[in-house]
Amino acid sequence: MSAPHFLVHEHTDNVAVAVQEGISAGQTVTLWVMDTDETREMTALEAIPLGHKIALKDLAVGDTVIKYAHDVGRIVAPVRKGGHVHTHNMKTKRW
Amino acid sequence: MNASNLSFLGYRRRNGRVGIRNHVVILPVDDISNAAAEAVANTIAGTLAIPHAYGRLQFGADLDLHFRTLIGTGRNPNVAAVVVIGIEPKWTQRVVDGIASTGKPVEGFYIETHGDLKTIERASRVAAQFVKDATELQRERCAIGELWVSTKCGESDTTTGLGSCPTVGNLIDKLDPLGITSCFGETSELTGAEEVCASRAASDEVRAKFLATWSAYNDMINRHKTNDLSESQPTAGNIAGGLTTIEEKAFGNLQKIGRKTRFIDVLTPAEEPAKGPGLYFMDTSSAAAECVTLQAAGGFVVHLFPTGQGNVIGNPIEPVIKITANPRTARTMSEHIDLDVSGLLRREMTVEEAGDRLIELTLRVCNGRMTCAEALKHREYSLTRLYPSA
Repeated sequence: MSAPHFLVHEHTDNVAVAVQEGISAGQTVTLWVMDTDETREMTALEAIPLGHKIALKDLAVGDTVIKYAHDVGRIVAPVRKGGHVHTHNMKTKRW
Repeated sequence: MNASNLSFLGYRRRNGRVGIRNHVVILPVDDISNAAAEAVANTIAGTLAIPHAYGRLQFGADLDLHFRTLIGTGRNPNVAAVVVIGIEPKWTQRVVDGIASTGKPVEGFYIETHGDLKTIERASRVAAQFVKDATELQRERCAIGELWVSTKCGESDTTTGLGSCPTVGNLIDKLDPLGITSCFGETSELTGAEEVCASRAASDEVRAKFLATWSAYNDMINRHKTNDLSESQPTAGNIAGGLTTIEEKAFGNLQKIGRKTRFIDVLTPAEEPAKGPGLYFMDTSSAAAECVTLQAAGGFVVHLFPTGQGNVIGNPIEPVIKITANPRTARTMSEHIDLDVSGLLRREMTVEEAGDRLIELTLRVCNGRMTCAEALKHREYSLTRLYPSA
């Protein structure tokens, strides 16, 4: 059981969190889905810093970002599967 | 871990509560009494001054909170005895009276008509007596159910919600059935997860009380808000660590109360719980030092503090245990980290195992082991203000 590159809180989430440093564009990465104990693979399209999120599917403007199986914000600029999800393309629905 | 026979060595106070430290505190009532309080602490070995920035011309609910925080600090069972120093006699006596009902030694001094020097001399004589008496007190074996534990996270990132907060939640889930009294807070930092948090209330009445408290705080934020709350919620550090929104931060934060424990009441800031053992929510700021100061004033004796990017906070009277799951923080800020659970992210340990390690470390800290924050002399004491002084 090698250390995964990304963790997914719940299998219904559409983002995952980088848990290793130095993940680079084009890298094939492993993901561990914590609630189902399932391992997946995908390609990171961009460098993803430690702790930052990767999109698990193509996300369009207005889509809801799901993490912990809950609504944690909205997409404000399109992001492709494998792209970096952060303040440049995601915003709060609150403040 | 066989949790049922867990115990620790604590100081039993006259009111029955148990402390894990034995401080003799020199407590200023107001900002202008800090100099005298610090002079006493510099003169008498084994005493601890707790200087702060406020205490003059406050009124109404804001003044009530000031007194509740100071009195609660003195009442905390980690404190053996208190010397109170204020500028005027009346407010000084009010703090003394609030502490005295615990049965612990407490004496007040006011500076007007005496000056600093005479006050320092008189207070020092009493402080010396208090220290000599307090140092004779012995620890005794106490059941785990006598422990009061608070929690709050800080400089959070996404690893907090993945690792360090679930570790604290695992401890809460294991120790709540054994009768501990515990507390979480950070009202603004539940925004986005407030309905999920409310569903963890033990009754409809507590649920309604929680949502009313959260709404009032949220209304205050909406009245004053700026774009992205001026990098305050989430903070620039949170964002650097990968947290994008308050909702995302809130769900990570909420992992601290475990998966099954329910909260039995909602406390006002610095309020002492009155419903017996169980988990309590306290209405607090999400700023680390303010929150821990209020929880310590509520009577909690040991604090569990998950951090992602590396918050360095301590408290003068309540030991703060720091837990991180961020491997970079564990490597670059190791002098601040009491428990490294970054193995959770590498699948080298389970949350069950991390929770057991935290229980074991917490009991060692209760028995007397210094935390990183204590060793580094972190003694942040930050009073919460509700509005400006008159």
